[in-house]
Amino acid sequence: MSPDREGTTLEVDVQVGFGGFDLQVEQAIPAAGVTAVFGPSGSGKTTFLRSLLGFEARSRGRIALNGDVWLDSEAGVALPPHRRPVGCTFQDGRLFPHLDVAGNLRYAERRSARASAVSITRDDVVDALDLEPLLDRRPNTLSGGERQRAALGRALLSRPRLLLLDEPLSALDRRRKAEIMPYLLALHPRFGIPTLYVSHAVDEVALLADRVLVLADGRAQAFGGTVEVLEQLDLAPLTERFQAAAVLEARVSAHDDEYRLTWLDLDGQRLSVPRIEHLGVGESARLLVRSRDVSLATERPSPTSIRNVLSGVLVSLHQDGATAFAEATVDLGSHRLRARITRASVAELGLAVGSPVFALLKSVSLDTRAGR
Amino acid sequence: MELPELGPLWLSLQLAASATVVLLVLGTPLAWWLSGTRSRLKPVVEAVTALPLVLPPTVLGFYLLLLMSPRSWLGGLWVEVTDTTLTFSFAGLLVASVIYSLPFMVQPLQAAFESLGRGPLEAAASLRASPLDAFLTVAAPLSLRGFLTAAVLTFAHTIGEFGVVLMVGGNIPGKTRVISIAIYEHVETLRYAEAHTLAAGLLLFAFVVLVFVYVFNRRLPVHVA
Repeated sequence: MSPDREGTTLEVDVQVGFGGFDLQVEQAIPAAGVTAVFGPSGSGKTTFLRSLLGFEARSRGRIALNGDVWLDSEAGVALPPHRRPVGCTFQDGRLFPHLDVAGNLRYAERRSARASAVSITRDDVVDALDLEPLLDRRPNTLSGGERQRAALGRALLSRPRLLLLDEPLSALDRRRKAEIMPYLLALHPRFGIPTLYVSHAVDEVALLADRVLVLADGRAQAFGGTVEVLEQLDLAPLTERFQAAAVLEARVSAHDDEYRLTWLDLDGQRLSVPRIEHLGVGESARLLVRSRDVSLATERPSPTSIRNVLSGVLVSLHQDGATAFAEATVDLGSHRLRARITRASVAELGLAVGSPVFALLKSVSLDTRAGR
Repeated sequence: MELPELGPLWLSLQLAASATVVLLVLGTPLAWWLSGTRSRLKPVVEAVTALPLVLPPTVLGFYLLLLMSPRSWLGGLWVEVTDTTLTFSFAGLLVASVIYSLPFMVQPLQAAFESLGRGPLEAAASLRASPLDAFLTVAAPLSLRGFLTAAVLTFAHTIGEFGVVLMVGGNIPGKTRVISIAIYEHVETLRYAEAHTLAAGLLLFAFVVLVFVYVFNRRLPVHVA
């Protein structure tokens, strides 16, 4: 059931050029866990994905998964899309409108039954994505979120060795996103299929991905662990969204039943968040802190309603003279936080690189996966 | 009132049904190719396909007559193989009808396939469906309306043809005298009663078929790409 073995790799070295745009990506991606392909729109994410799927006839170069060659233009090898063991979901779902959900699942199931070494059963999929009540519904009667769930189920039942998810949340509103997120989070731990998750939303990437490939202007700009890549400040000019968040990994130290809180330990400092039911003491939780939710103070503030105050050292300060804002980075030990504050505050507080500061966290998002 | 010979009606129906079946088989792959190709030949092939719409039936009939005559390579070959001539035979009529009605099959199908977009087929390919599999299980069922429209137009257009049939088939009772020619002959010989009966029958038939098609078409689900 687990093709997600150590040491397997997706080797990519592709060039696709058309109409003034060209994509050139050379990257060996471990075929394990969840890898985000992240970048602003127009960065080549979709072209990259289509190239992997075999839908870009103009792709040149080499693509191989665990040594199985899908594309080698020098040797004249280009596996047609239906021979590549990739499952994918599309932004618009693309369920077959003439089949009900059960029919869509069966379509995938039948064609993958003999070929694949991956054993995923229909029951597993229906259970994991709560598809039972949708089975006899037609795609045009489903909500956007239901459509994505059905499409995910169909992709899983193609029993792929690699799963490509193309912005599965982009067509959904905020509430639907929140509805789908738990399913996405549960997907990889349950089925263990190496996944490429294409997205331009940093919060999705921070919550879902183990590592990130950053694309901009058709080139790979960075590749590495999610926390390290999202903290890399030199990537900030690439996309403004990058400046917007930091990822922290904290350990659950206690649960508080009375106030329904969970206490977390972050490099020796304490944080509290609304009770996390899924995690036991000692397990690690990944937190996403947006820079606009972080305020800075030079003294530990007197009691406020903000529960989480972390002390650290200001290690960088970028002031943009054209706006009211400054982007500050606070070193907490093994983690860094970002804060978006006004330039006026910088002046008033007399902040400079090296200043000891207290970071006030107004809000923290939480990735509820266990054991990461 | 004397009942006219119903032979021409049956012959017309037979011819139209055969032409529709042959064109479904030949026209579908052609329309599929046209809908997806980026070949430089595409406009040329499209123009050739549309020619029967533009040419007077007599022009088409004239060239077909030359092509099918036992002195041409095709007509000669036909005589050698079947021992009968292609001109003035049902087979000849069928060949002529297939060419004459080609655009009525290909154009609606091509439009239906093009309106599908690449989405459903890419989805099928990502689920391991080979191109043929994807066509049969996704593109064709999603294009049912196109198939219905194409088949009905082809059938109706073949029933109504006159000029090409007269040029290629002549007017041989039981072999090439189709209903339109029978009506023409009745009128020429001033047997208006028979002409009336056949003409009215054809009118009624066409009306009933079209009503059926429109009702059925409305019930078919629309699949918006």
